[in-house]
Amino acid sequence: MNFHLKVWRQKASNAPGKLESYEAKNIPAEASFLEMLDIVNDDLVAKGQEPIAFDHDCREGICGMCSAVINGVPHGKDRGVGTTCQLYMRKFQDGETITIEPFRAGSFPIIRDLSTNRAAFDRIIQAGGFISERSGSAPEANSVPIPKTIADEAMDAAACIGCGACVAACPNSSAMLFVSAKVNHLNLLPQGKPEKHRRVLGMVKQMDAEGFGNCSNYYECEAVCPAHVPASFITSMNREYTVAAARKSAGATG
Amino acid sequence: MGVSTSSAKSVSPLAAWLFSSIGKKTVVAVTGIFLVLFVCGHLLGNLTFFLGPDIINSYAKHLRDLGPFLWVIRAGLLAILVLHIFFTVSLWKENHAARPEKYVVKNHVKATIFSRTMRLSGLIVFAFVIFHILHYTARTIDPAFQHYETDLHGEMVHNVYKMMVVGFSVPWVSAIYIVSLGLLAFHLSHGIASLFQTLGLSNKQLRPRFEFAGRALAWLLFLGFTSIPVAVLLGVGREALK
Ligand code: HEM
Ligand code: FES
Repeated sequence: MNFHLKVWRQKASNAPGKLESYEAKNIPAEASFLEMLDIVNDDLVAKGQEPIAFDHDCREGICGMCSAVINGVPHGKDRGVGTTCQLYMRKFQDGETITIEPFRAGSFPIIRDLSTNRAAFDRIIQAGGFISERSGSAPEANSVPIPKTIADEAMDAAACIGCGACVAACPNSSAMLFVSAKVNHLNLLPQGKPEKHRRVLGMVKQMDAEGFGNCSNYYECEAVCPAHVPASFITSMNREYTVAAARKSAGATG
Repeated sequence: MGVSTSSAKSVSPLAAWLFSSIGKKTVVAVTGIFLVLFVCGHLLGNLTFFLGPDIINSYAKHLRDLGPFLWVIRAGLLAILVLHIFFTVSLWKENHAARPEKYVVKNHVKATIFSRTMRLSGLIVFAFVIFHILHYTARTIDPAFQHYETDLHGEMVHNVYKMMVVGFSVPWVSAIYIVSLGLLAFHLSHGIASLFQTLGLSNKQLRPRFEFAGRALAWLLFLGFTSIPVAVLLGVGREALK
């Protein structure tokens, strides 16, 4: 298959960038989107040109490292797959023009071309996305009963791979889907309950400090989420945040 | 957690909540509820137009008879509107700043025409509110409205019925009302369902129902409000002009 690519090229965070045109020739239909970029890069290197920088790691849809906004949609999710690494070229028309841009948000500075620095997410996790546990031998797993419905919901939240597509898709660059997935994942479970209130206050505070926008309930985030995290977690985070803030105002500990 | 070495004076938990992303959104949603309730009440009052001059004129007289209490209600509504706009503008500024470099190509998957035009619809509704107050409350657009009086059970009262008929008989005035009310319906088509999500009152099962009900209410309000200018343009109330 052949494609006309328009790829965002930018040398460094503060350098100006622009779309450059490339031809992707003789791409096998079973190549993934990242493999297609590999082939284009081989070609560029052979011609002595700078290859296109892009993020990737596991290439099997679990690490959350790959990014890219494909024809205006993060991960090209409108083609019904998951992450960019799981998107196959057979989903495109032969001869199609494909525009590829980085995830855009002030809080995700571009490192180079399509590669972005998403460390803001790590700092949000550090602000509360963990549980405090004694180390040592693992406790017997079944000693803490968890209702099946709660376990299922926590699993839906835990499915978040932290890729940042929600931020990239949101017209406001809001990180609320990511943060709400992490908050709910832990707050729903008995192991996360002791730090429930501090967690939501801390993570939202860090989210705001990182300069992400505010949710306007567009639901673009859930539409592009490769892990199908629903925006219903945002509504429960809003509730938990206000409850936690009220408890703190009233001087309750926890 | 790490040891905090910050010596900055700590903000009160209430202020921290109020100026957080979620706090600001909550203020917009709560003020939105009051505005929606006001709009619903206002429509019920307006619809007394169809019950004839005496009913709406006595309704208007009762409102004016509230005296100082009417001013309390007005001040409250103004404060709610100011808060709604202040926090909206503050969210809007932050949202704009959160993406310094825009996409060259951006395709929306799920955002609706209603959610994407909240600022535009809100600003036009705001301009309309000012026009509407000048038109029928301050009565400066057509100062003749000041002098419309009628006999209500032996008492001279302001003739609101005649004012509405004369006001809406002017096609461009009715057009302003119909277009602005259409934009209010746009605003509420997203806003009503959205406020439940913002306030943490929604969930996966309820969201589609709030979306349906919110949109239905928004367009019922539109039909209710616009029924009056449309009726006047079709000739209802012409006898009041004699
Ligand atoms: C007068 C000027 C107005 C402006 C500029 C304005 C603007 C806005 C904007 C931009 C939002 C979206 C906020 C966000 O989610 O980021 C919003 C939400 C909303 N507005 Fe307004 N609005 C105005 C008037 C009104 C009026 C008159 C009503 C009611 C009749 C109303 C009801 C609502 C509701 C219910 C929401 C949803 C709150 C939420 O998303 O949780 N607004 N407004
Ligand atoms: S490279 Fe790991 S999710 Fe795509």
